[in-house]
Amino acid sequence: MQISAKLRIATIAAATTALMSTATLFGANAQETYRIGYAISKTGPGAPGAATSTTPNYEMWVKEINDAGGLKVGDKQIPIEVVEYDDRSSSEEAVRAVERLINQDKVDFILSPWGTGMNLAVAPILDRAGYAHLAGTAVTDKAPQLAQRWKNSYWLLGTGEQYAVEMAEFLKGLKDAGKINDKVAMIAVADGFGIELSKAGRAALEDRDFDLVYDKTYPLGSQDLATIVNDIKSLGADTFVAFSYPPGTLGLTEQSRVLGFNPKVFYAGVGTAFPLYKDRFGADAEGVVSLGGASENDPKIADYIKRHIAFAGREPDRWASIVNWASLQSLQQAIERAGSTDREAVNAELAKGGFDTILGTYKPGDQTFWQVGQWQDGKFVGVAPTSMEGAHELVFPKPAWKGAN
Amino acid sequence: MLSYALLSGITLGGMYALVAMGLTLQYGVSRIMNLAYGELMIVASFIAFVFMTALGINPILGLLIIIPLSFALNWGIYRFLLTPLVARAKNRGMLEVDSILATFGLLFIVQGVLLVWFGGNYYSYDFLNDAVDVFGAAIAANRLVALGFAVVIGLGFYLILTRTRIGTALRAVAVDPTSARLVAIDVNFAACFAFALGGAVAAVGGVLVSMFLTFSTSMGVVFTMKALIVVIMGGVGNLLGALIAGLILGIAESLVATYIDPGLTIAVTYVIFLLVLLIKPSGLFGRTA
Repeated sequence: MQISAKLRIATIAAATTALMSTATLFGANAQETYRIGYAISKTGPGAPGAATSTTPNYEMWVKEINDAGGLKVGDKQIPIEVVEYDDRSSSEEAVRAVERLINQDKVDFILSPWGTGMNLAVAPILDRAGYAHLAGTAVTDKAPQLAQRWKNSYWLLGTGEQYAVEMAEFLKGLKDAGKINDKVAMIAVADGFGIELSKAGRAALEDRDFDLVYDKTYPLGSQDLATIVNDIKSLGADTFVAFSYPPGTLGLTEQSRVLGFNPKVFYAGVGTAFPLYKDRFGADAEGVVSLGGASENDPKIADYIKRHIAFAGREPDRWASIVNWASLQSLQQAIERAGSTDREAVNAELAKGGFDTILGTYKPGDQTFWQVGQWQDGKFVGVAPTSMEGAHELVFPKPAWKGAN
Repeated sequence: MLSYALLSGITLGGMYALVAMGLTLQYGVSRIMNLAYGELMIVASFIAFVFMTALGINPILGLLIIIPLSFALNWGIYRFLLTPLVARAKNRGMLEVDSILATFGLLFIVQGVLLVWFGGNYYSYDFLNDAVDVFGAAIAANRLVALGFAVVIGLGFYLILTRTRIGTALRAVAVDPTSARLVAIDVNFAACFAFALGGAVAAVGGVLVSMFLTFSTSMGVVFTMKALIVVIMGGVGNLLGALIAGLILGIAESLVATYIDPGLTIAVTYVIFLLVLLIKPSGLFGRTA
């Protein structure tokens, strides 16, 4: 008897809570909110990348707008409401979650998931439902074709080829100046990013008369790359290029340091531009080259970094985070310019571009950011394209490893 | 080149062995297929990280706190979560299925708690990364330390299991829990003790691995998988087997990476695993049931 009494109380309590929550839901709807939805990797192998480049930016953007009273739409201030799902780093789950956001939650805008594969998976669904897609963390050689096929999709980080070509062009400059020899040792992670970039890099380097003395892949997830470094060390290459993912990037740097492998140019992949890298290697990060870069002397960028630290308790990475933030700024301005939350009107504004962002005047998909950057004095600065304003001089040759502290 | 490949293979293998030895104790003696094993390792990695970065305690000293802590934690897990399963299981198969389900749930709980506290980011810290010259090859000191622990734990437990009274009791429980009762062995205590001991070894593994690998809250499953391969290859419940299986895998990976292609390191692991299963299904040092 006692149990059933307890059970009854529990049922009543549950029912009341359920009723109350629907009431608040309706209440919220009545006063009108702009509903933003996203599925992101909170768990699984994609989680660390998402937690570095994507989630803090989304959360900070929403908080800043809501703290300011909401989006300015016409003469009204509309707060943002967020619906968030964990895609558990599985593209099937991401697709399911995005469909739920569209059909069940009926959100106004969907922010992109993390990673190339995830963005490719959800792109057709977003397109079919008429949602714009600001793919913030995808690098694919198909980017231009995809942007054409799915009219409202924007591939913010561009193609693997552009990074590889920019890097090869930069190396060619060094070679022509007689600073480095023509030998390059290249490794890549055997996954989307590594395969695309090494393919493009191979072609770009060979076109510029470089001799690839080492060109191999390593399995995804592997951090024990000492044997590779030891092999490469004896090949006499002045340039080392690794299209690696974060765990591999840290492993390679560590093992190069232990083995005393210190090429004149040390280029490592994703993860180098993460604050983690600087925390981990301290002074030894100096001179390491990678994708991305930030003009930290630019007051807008400096301010963004400062706000990010205050909000998330850590620095943003110096590549995807910055581009992601620029796209979020664009979205906010597109909604405010459209003067309505109507999806078509917002999409039309997004397509027009001309937004005032931390990357200057920007249209999502513009590749007006650093393609090659380098750690200099604790800052990951841009060195190429050299034609860009504020390009830093390369620290050359890479200083010797100082060793563990 | 060959000497370097061998040496780095041995340190790699030492790490695999270290990661696997706790699981072989838990699975072999307590018969708990602990799917949360990797997560519990990662917990120790995070504790070591906090000790190192926030409190300035070096991870090796931290072991003095972490080992008893994890022993107690795993003791608690066995007593409160797993004992009911053991009590109601009619046979070994049933206990395995039940324990897989229960520890699968535990995996998500541990991961969820870590996620709330630490978020999804990568973590890494710098400790004992100096190069040590071993026969002309530069090896990171922290990897040598891990190898040393693996050898000491492997040989130490092997001797304890074969030469001492409690070790004999543990082996008896591993072979046949029902008959072990007939010779006045407290089976429940032995199983609980072995599980907690396995958990403590896992924690040692987690701490040592965190000195040289980048880790995140979602990486536990990687360790569980690797440990499972080593455990099954070495023979369930056999610590010496785990040590040797780990070393074989490490050396094979290293040789393949040096002389054939680094892309094949995972493939060679599974080829060797498959060969062992085909030739000796109970593992290198396993008894045939």
